[in-house]
Amino acid sequence: MTKLEMLLTVLAVALGTQITRWLPFLLFPEDRQPPAVVRQLGQLLPPAVMGLLVVYCLKSVTPTAFPYGAPEAIAIAVTALLHGWKRNVLLSIAGGTAVYMLLVQTVFA
Amino acid sequence: MEKAKSGFARALRAAFPVTVPVLTGFLCLGVAYGILMSTSGLGIVWTGLMSAVAFGGSMQFVAISLLCGAFDPLQALLLSLMVNARHMFYGLSMLDRYKGLGKARFPLIYMLCDETFSLVSTVEPPPEVAPKDFYLAVTLLDYGYWLAASLLGAAVGDLIPFDTTGMDFALTALFVVLFLEQWRKPENRPSAVIGVACTVLSLAVFGADNLVIPAMVLILAALLMGRRRLCHDEA
Repeated sequence: MTKLEMLLTVLAVALGTQITRWLPFLLFPEDRQPPAVVRQLGQLLPPAVMGLLVVYCLKSVTPTAFPYGAPEAIAIAVTALLHGWKRNVLLSIAGGTAVYMLLVQTVFA
Repeated sequence: MEKAKSGFARALRAAFPVTVPVLTGFLCLGVAYGILMSTSGLGIVWTGLMSAVAFGGSMQFVAISLLCGAFDPLQALLLSLMVNARHMFYGLSMLDRYKGLGKARFPLIYMLCDETFSLVSTVEPPPEVAPKDFYLAVTLLDYGYWLAASLLGAAVGDLIPFDTTGMDFALTALFVVLFLEQWRKPENRPSAVIGVACTVLSLAVFGADNLVIPAMVLILAALLMGRRRLCHDEA
């Protein structure tokens, strides 16, 4: 590819990304009340999307082969327990991540 | 002007702690991206350009193979639309919160990524900070982390002195915590279960590489069918 073709490729990728970001705001401009169904989706989607993102992060885990998803399961349990205990976002994430790094670098290496 | 400035400084101070997990995760993934770009023969300039203009995590990784393959901008556009389709959910959810924010809407929407959406949709801005400033601070910090990390990776990637394996789990942990925060409100729970169940089903049927779009369709269908029963406050 020439430099110009590479630049056009970058711009095509950028255009696709930006379309997905702007489309809802262009379809439902802020000076008009969006239809009820759209407002309901706006309320219901965030918890569903958070579920999607959690599963998406775990998509490459293989529960049928070593280490059977154990590092992920343990680290998520630690994260959730810390969060239930202190409800301190940073502590929960730092604790879970530290345990995960320890597990994949030593125990399940 | 002075007042507005100090207002935004306050927003940055309030936003920084909640974005630290994103900083950790992006430091890993961004540096990994920069290294991959370098080893693919695409230097720091292309890395910076991609991160600044086509900011969007996973699609940037996909784009490496596009940039190293035959010239096909239409394929690049379509692939980018598909990989990034989830952003449409984020926009739908933010219609209300991002209403009437004037010029700030441009960066807020231009830089709306998974992590920023998760934070601004779940974390309430502290009372002393204007919501607009808080949203903007989170958005700009997250974008800045990614840009800086990818440049760092492209520049000095192979010099990292310690083993960072597993550090990218910070993003998984972030989504777990934000999921739990959503879960605290009982009215969110059916929707949260639908999100997990539909994505697991999609993963089982379509596999790890193609799960997002079918999962989105399933979630949309389930929420649309159940919306009358699921919706808490009838707006």
